[in-house]
Amino acid sequence: MSESFLLKAENLSQKFSGTTIFKDVNLYLAEGELICLLGVSGAGKTTLFNVLSGLQMPRSGHVFLREKEITGEAGHLAYMLQKDLLLPYRTVLDNAALPLLIHGETKAHAREKAAAFFPEFGVSGTENKWPSQLSGGMRQRVALLRTYLSSEGAALLDEPFSALDTITKSAIHHWYLNVMEKIKLSTLFITHDINEAILLSDRIYILSGTPSTITAQIKITQSRPRSSDFPLTSTFLDYKKQILSLLKLNGAS
Amino acid sequence: MHKKWTNITNKLASPLLLILLILLWQAAVDLRWIPRYLLPSPTDVIAAFFSDFSNLMAQAGFTLQETFLGMLIGVCLAFLTAVAMDRFEFFYHAFYPILVITQTIPTIAIAPLLLIWMGFGIAPKVVLVVIVCYFPISVSLLDGFRSVDPDTVRLMKTMGSSRLQIFRYVKFPASLSRFFAGLRISTTYAMVSAVVAEWLGGTNGLGVYMTRVRKAYAYNNMFAVILLTSIISLLLMKAVDLLQKFCMPWEKSEKQFSKTN
Repeated sequence: MSESFLLKAENLSQKFSGTTIFKDVNLYLAEGELICLLGVSGAGKTTLFNVLSGLQMPRSGHVFLREKEITGEAGHLAYMLQKDLLLPYRTVLDNAALPLLIHGETKAHAREKAAAFFPEFGVSGTENKWPSQLSGGMRQRVALLRTYLSSEGAALLDEPFSALDTITKSAIHHWYLNVMEKIKLSTLFITHDINEAILLSDRIYILSGTPSTITAQIKITQSRPRSSDFPLTSTFLDYKKQILSLLKLNGAS
Repeated sequence: MHKKWTNITNKLASPLLLILLILLWQAAVDLRWIPRYLLPSPTDVIAAFFSDFSNLMAQAGFTLQETFLGMLIGVCLAFLTAVAMDRFEFFYHAFYPILVITQTIPTIAIAPLLLIWMGFGIAPKVVLVVIVCYFPISVSLLDGFRSVDPDTVRLMKTMGSSRLQIFRYVKFPASLSRFFAGLRISTTYAMVSAVVAEWLGGTNGLGVYMTRVRKAYAYNNMFAVILLTSIISLLLMKAVDLLQKFCMPWEKSEKQFSKTN
């Protein structure tokens, strides 16, 4: 492959007080791609994200965004957590516009720019509400919009939907696939939910072992847009079997 | 229906009890259980309140001026201290014990000293109010700054925000509800402290006037001053509540939402 990658991590390792969390992690993210990082709890997924986003300095290795090194530099990659972390004292619109304000845009301009995306993200009409007036699913949508507005083209999502109940979750998956068709946000997605990984991603990295590292990579070739029946097909189940056996082989459970 | 009734009786209980106590007081004086020169009846107090009204208002003006000035200075100092303690761990360790000590100083004991040092003017009264306000406000602000979810700070950092931006967009607004709780406590103390400082010496103010009428054995006037002091304190607390509602419009909707859910 000769194309240049949007985001690339080379030989990342992290160690805390003698314990190696992960080592020799190599991964890349191409423009417009949606990648899942799948691993059991405790595999160091969140630590890896902290390193990628620049919140932590890795023990060794490098992170590049469009060929430019950003190792240990925060502010380049958008980061979204399981908690929506909307600020209760800002209206929904002002929450979404916050990253633009931080990057130095004027209040009026930031609001205008953020408001333009409300229909696309399915949150029209909530602009002047307080976050406490929204349901969990709606809050997560606003959080994703905020993430999108703070990204320089790539976003890290750390189990963004895992706090939602099953029904809301499947609705938001459907919504998410739709939004992604339109905005093409290049995304690296952490999850421990195998179904979620197969349904949403173009590629899946399996993170396992102690200390963990990327042990396998699976390409999901199912075309997009994916229908909500995709999880019921035999192709889906084949992927699932493959992933389960990979996780087992590597002694994760 | 039953619930509604208990609600109404709960709300009425306190005013009813108050009215009952006032009636009892009136009866005790009118029936001469207690001599009138020792304890004026409620009607005497109200009569004194109105006949002396313009003078009372003038005196209250002085006391309120001291209270407001002291609170303003107290809030500013508390804010600076809280910001410094939040920003520098060293400041926190150095200042926190001193803050606690300022709270243990009995105001009654320090007020005469302030008077000796600063004279009979407005200064010692203001300083006493500052001392009284400083602790609850600085501690509540500091708690507010520190109550922020570390994940929120993490998220702000990934957006590339500076320390100042984190303070402005997250820490400061997050501290508001605790700040107002501290302010409400300080308001009640502040007014009373100004009155106490005036007792000990001065030319104007409710405390000075209170001492004067006490020495003249005009207890009806004295009770009128006490009545006015508590009315003003209540109004000040109400003003703090209104200010809070104005500054924190999101709180109202939070309450409504949790009720409907």
